[in-house]
Amino acid sequence: MTRSESAGRIFAGIVRICARRTLPILFAWLANFLTLLAAIQAFAAAGFQTLSNSVIFLDLTGIIAFDAIREWEAARRLRCGFLGMGRNGSCVHTGKVRVYLKNREKGLWVMKHIAIGILGAATLGLMASAASATTLDTVKAKGFIQCGVSTGLAGFSAPDDKGDWQGIDADFCRAVAAAVFGDGTKVKFTPLSAKERFTALQSGEVDILSRNTTWTINRDTALGLNFVGTTYYDGQGFMINAKKLPGVNSALQLSGAAVCVQSGTTTELNLADYFKANKMEYNPVVFEKLEEVNAAYDAGRCDVYTTDQSGLYGIRLTLGSPADHVVLPEIISKEPLGPAVRQGDDQWYHIVKWTYFALLDAEELGITKANVDEMKSSASPEIKRVLGQEADTKIGTDLGVSNDWVVNIVKAVGNYGEMFDRNVGSGSPLKIARGINALWTKGGLQYAPPIR
Amino acid sequence: MASQEVLREEPSRASLINDPKVRSIFYQCLVVALLVSGVWWIVHNTIVNLTNLHIASGFAFLRGRAGFDISDTAIAYTSDSTYGRAIIVGLINTLIVAFVGIITATIIGFIVGIGRLSKNWLIQKICTVYVEVFRNIPPLLVIFFWYSGVLAVLPAPRDSINLPFSSFLNQRGFYFPRAIWGDGSWLILVGLLAGIAMAWFVAHKAHQRQMATGQQFPVFWTSLALIIGLPLLAYALSGFPLTFDFPKQSTFNLTGGFVVKPEFLSLYLALSFYTAAFIAEIVRAGIRGVARGQSEATAALGLRAGQALRLVVVPQAMRIVIPPLASQYLNLTKNSSLAIAIGYPDLTATTGTVLNQTGQAVECVVIMMVIYLAISLLTSLLMNWFNAKMALVER
Repeated sequence: MTRSESAGRIFAGIVRICARRTLPILFAWLANFLTLLAAIQAFAAAGFQTLSNSVIFLDLTGIIAFDAIREWEAARRLRCGFLGMGRNGSCVHTGKVRVYLKNREKGLWVMKHIAIGILGAATLGLMASAASATTLDTVKAKGFIQCGVSTGLAGFSAPDDKGDWQGIDADFCRAVAAAVFGDGTKVKFTPLSAKERFTALQSGEVDILSRNTTWTINRDTALGLNFVGTTYYDGQGFMINAKKLPGVNSALQLSGAAVCVQSGTTTELNLADYFKANKMEYNPVVFEKLEEVNAAYDAGRCDVYTTDQSGLYGIRLTLGSPADHVVLPEIISKEPLGPAVRQGDDQWYHIVKWTYFALLDAEELGITKANVDEMKSSASPEIKRVLGQEADTKIGTDLGVSNDWVVNIVKAVGNYGEMFDRNVGSGSPLKIARGINALWTKGGLQYAPPIR
Repeated sequence: MASQEVLREEPSRASLINDPKVRSIFYQCLVVALLVSGVWWIVHNTIVNLTNLHIASGFAFLRGRAGFDISDTAIAYTSDSTYGRAIIVGLINTLIVAFVGIITATIIGFIVGIGRLSKNWLIQKICTVYVEVFRNIPPLLVIFFWYSGVLAVLPAPRDSINLPFSSFLNQRGFYFPRAIWGDGSWLILVGLLAGIAMAWFVAHKAHQRQMATGQQFPVFWTSLALIIGLPLLAYALSGFPLTFDFPKQSTFNLTGGFVVKPEFLSLYLALSFYTAAFIAEIVRAGIRGVARGQSEATAALGLRAGQALRLVVVPQAMRIVIPPLASQYLNLTKNSSLAIAIGYPDLTATTGTVLNQTGQAVECVVIMMVIYLAISLLTSLLMNWFNAKMALVER
């Protein structure tokens, strides 16, 4: 390794540390520093007053001193008042008013968001061959998988009332963790906005991006990602408030409407294409975060909400009165949603990809969370092979994991069908039918190559 | 010529190492070399890493088709336009909100700043409360206050609030009639320009006359009559070419007319009110900075309070006010990037969307940084020029 490479590695380390764990501490430290600066300025200005020899000078410095002291106070208040931030960056709940807390989070979010953007770009710039260690080694060394999920989409990735992430996308990361560690709980989730997601994956902040993301050629090539498969076949739809717009029952009647959409998504592009192709006008109301789009639609800022149809059903449940809203029949695009990894690490790509296939194969072979231990001693050679019970099997070790990896996956999250039912299907409030997401043997599109 | 020869000194006999001139040049060269190699190292490293990560780089993506729509566009833009144009649309939106924000903030700031020095107890306290409230709240909260606290609770389009002149106010924005300029309406513009030119000429002449003879002339009313009267006259002469496009109720919304969207409105109001609080303090500082003797002298000369303020105090205060004012203008421009939180398509928001659609993070961040730097430098250049013009001319 040359000297510049090692220097680059140190730099990358610093930047990465700053970007992730210590970011809140950095902000707390910055706030402290600001306070100190203002205090110094105040004292300096007060000191100058004694040197002054003209009236203007005296008055001006007086006001500067006054102003600086005020700034100092404001900085202190910012640090430990209702916008409380502890010395280690933790949030100090000194204020009791909810709205302050909520807005403080929004403020922090914007700061964090901008910082992630800039630091992400900086990390890319300074990474200096830090990627030479394989993702599997890095993951094993740190003992958990960092999984990029959405900021909250019911059925795919959303925190429940205990703060645990639930949904297909979250469970997929648990399945990978089970394959790698034999323990589905060794996952840490990073909520990402649509805008942050690719930079977060590219810069190594997350190991898997499992965030209802559409597979496109541009993302597979120019963005340097590799999609591993389609965990959910979706399509874009529209939702309206039927109470406010009783006459509308087709998307072709939407000309002139204000449409709420999340920025930086394929949804945004499909929307533009659809309205253009049908020679209709619309008025985009664009937000960056899903919650903001939801709030704007609920408040009536726009007439129509557009996103993937599965998302619409999930979002409808979170609205004030779900029964008032209808999803229009038109599906205007193909949205194959799936997890993605970075390019250039085939081993990791294969582990994630075959985790997905193992979930499907397990369902096809009838291996479930409940019967997986009995199935180990099944008479079928295929089931025994998949579960790693074949004598001298090397399937798992060749992949870079243990031979009972499929057992671990199924024990952690069940097979694909169980995962689907639990999160979006009949066992969930969303009640989405399997449809094209059924196995190929049942007329759907989900098909996996054999494990042998 | 002779004086130059006197100034020419004997060349220093000390060795080159001890020559301060040589030393300073050496250190400057060293710093420049370090800086250049540091920048080169970062750029080179970035390019190498992007190639290793199989991420496309370069600025060619700017010519690609954007494919997304933008809600507020000042120039022609469709989803067929390029990414480059999308960024320009965002830049123009930033400039618009910064420009109108600066004007409004300055007006409110001056009123409140002077109000804080008022002898009227009520006005003084109201202005103090205003400054204290807005100065101690982060600007993002002020934006949210306007967006979700004030504008979001307005009625839906069907129950719009009717305002005079066929204007409407609802949660989708503020609608008012759009003027359609017919044939011959250029005459109105000519009338307006002529009115302004004549008003300036009258003011100039009146000033000269007052200097020479001491007689005053009602400049304000004459100017007002000229600036309003001439365009009106032109309007009548050209056969009333102006018509209006009124907002009408349609299936979803009001259509037609001109609409100011709530995103713009809340950002504009929040930035104006927030920055005005700082400007008020600067103005107060400036006025307090003018020696008390000056106002006492105006009183002795028999000027009224308003005249004293306008003719003596404010012109002197301006010299103190302008430099800090410039930094407030820069702050306002940079704070406009908080627009992202409420979905106003400013430079940060549109460039962010481009970043995400293309994945060219490094390029997009560089573009954003360069543009914000350019805006800031331009603003401070302008304010420096203005400062130099207003500075005390010493004789």
